[in-house]
Amino acid sequence: MANGPLQIKAISGHAGTVPGKNTSRDYDVCKLIDVTTCIGCKACEVACLEWNGYPFRETVFDNTYQTMPDTAWNYYNLIRFNEFTDENGNFSWLMRKDQCMHCADPGCLRACPSDGAIVQYTNGIVDFQQDYCIGCQYCVTGCPFNIPKFNPTTKKVHKCTLCSDRVGAGLEPACIKACPTGCLHFGTKDDMKDLAETRAAQLREHTSHKDAGVYDPPGVSGTHVIYVLHDINHPERYGGLPKDPHVPWMVRIWKGPLKWVGNFAMAAGIIGVAAHYLRFGPKEVEPEPAPKAGVK
Amino acid sequence: MSTTAATVHHAPHAGELQRYTFHERVMHWFSGLTYLYCLSTGLAFYSPHLFWLAYMLGGAPTSRFWHPIVAIGFIIGTLWMHSLWRRDMEMTDIDKRWLDQTEAYITNDEEHSPLSDRFNGGQKLYYWLMYYGAFLLLLSGLFLWFPEYIPRQYAWVRGIMILLHEIAALATIGGFIIHVYMGVFMVPHSMTAITTGYVTRAWAWTHHRLWYLRVTGQKE
Repeated sequence: MANGPLQIKAISGHAGTVPGKNTSRDYDVCKLIDVTTCIGCKACEVACLEWNGYPFRETVFDNTYQTMPDTAWNYYNLIRFNEFTDENGNFSWLMRKDQCMHCADPGCLRACPSDGAIVQYTNGIVDFQQDYCIGCQYCVTGCPFNIPKFNPTTKKVHKCTLCSDRVGAGLEPACIKACPTGCLHFGTKDDMKDLAETRAAQLREHTSHKDAGVYDPPGVSGTHVIYVLHDINHPERYGGLPKDPHVPWMVRIWKGPLKWVGNFAMAAGIIGVAAHYLRFGPKEVEPEPAPKAGVK
Repeated sequence: MSTTAATVHHAPHAGELQRYTFHERVMHWFSGLTYLYCLSTGLAFYSPHLFWLAYMLGGAPTSRFWHPIVAIGFIIGTLWMHSLWRRDMEMTDIDKRWLDQTEAYITNDEEHSPLSDRFNGGQKLYYWLMYYGAFLLLLSGLFLWFPEYIPRQYAWVRGIMILLHEIAALATIGGFIIHVYMGVFMVPHSMTAITTGYVTRAWAWTHHRLWYLRVTGQKE
């Protein structure tokens, strides 16, 4: 399984080599969230706080069962509640466990300028290293899921770690351990994908959820947290899960072509002025003509 | 020459002209050094290959903290410069002719080199590049300074502002490379001019002939 030491695969803002790049010694890990069996008990929220050592914080009541409107720097994991009525007037509660999706192509890591502040392990976990975080919040701009959250006191950004500390020690994430319904599963990406597809097929064949499917968005090259949804065509109903998430174009332009154009232009500028000096040299001062009589 | 010359430091030698007042020199170096700090820290955030600049300047979190604050100094320097040099920097027909003949200037072709007043067309172009660049950097930079106050539905604004900040920075860097090269290497004694404030009459005659004629009273 996905045990063993964590091997780094990608590093933010890093110019040198990356030790685990293109290696695959281990299986990718994956968290499967079957929203159709979530009962909204929030045991995962509590387990997350307990494992990460954050205090329980005040809740914000907004006429739903949701603990608060959004995740926070010290609240990585939130069940989103949506009271949904379909076109036939059928009412349902849509509950979704919202946390970092651990994208295979992480926009946060792409956008981050700080060497080593965000790392991606070969097992798929994307982890923030607050020691190296500079608080610029470019990761917030790069994330299509609105996950990284800024702590204004420490000027550091935090998010779900997929319990990299537990996974590295061969344990499952804390939320998985706490889930009472079996709605949460943890294993290799292949196994979780299989399980999810089986469950989605079961829903399509044996229930009225004819559009049930697996959410593993290709726009970010797949994620290491996947969902089984009753209706794969409308993920946005589940508390704003984006239909086709991808790393924002602006981030891709500024971290891609613009970087190369800019680097080239700066190098060309410096080489250009040096070449100019060698070719034409400095401007020599010409002697001043004798001033006309009467002027100083 | 000015009769107050005896009271200022670096009193001119015989036959020198005052090119920059003390006030102008302080303003220039205040703007220049604040720009240089923002440039160095900004380049660290721009490219992983230049991230070492942040380590040199006290670490990346420190650089992130001071970059926008020092940038406010640069903006103040820019406004200060504008208040002193706005009139000197207005583009005139002489400057347009200068810009048309830039090639002769670049290739040190003295015979066809264009004339200039206190500042030449190229200096004015650089001035306006930095002036408008500073305001683009300020506008976009404010969004980067306090991104946590931008509501999520306007998150796309952040991406645009980062892009704008980089483009504006790259444009000013282009000008800055040429400016430093010309001041340090291409036009000898420019550095003494902007540090001591004085240039020789021959320097003025060579590089800013119309200004020379004006300050020596040979032409209105």
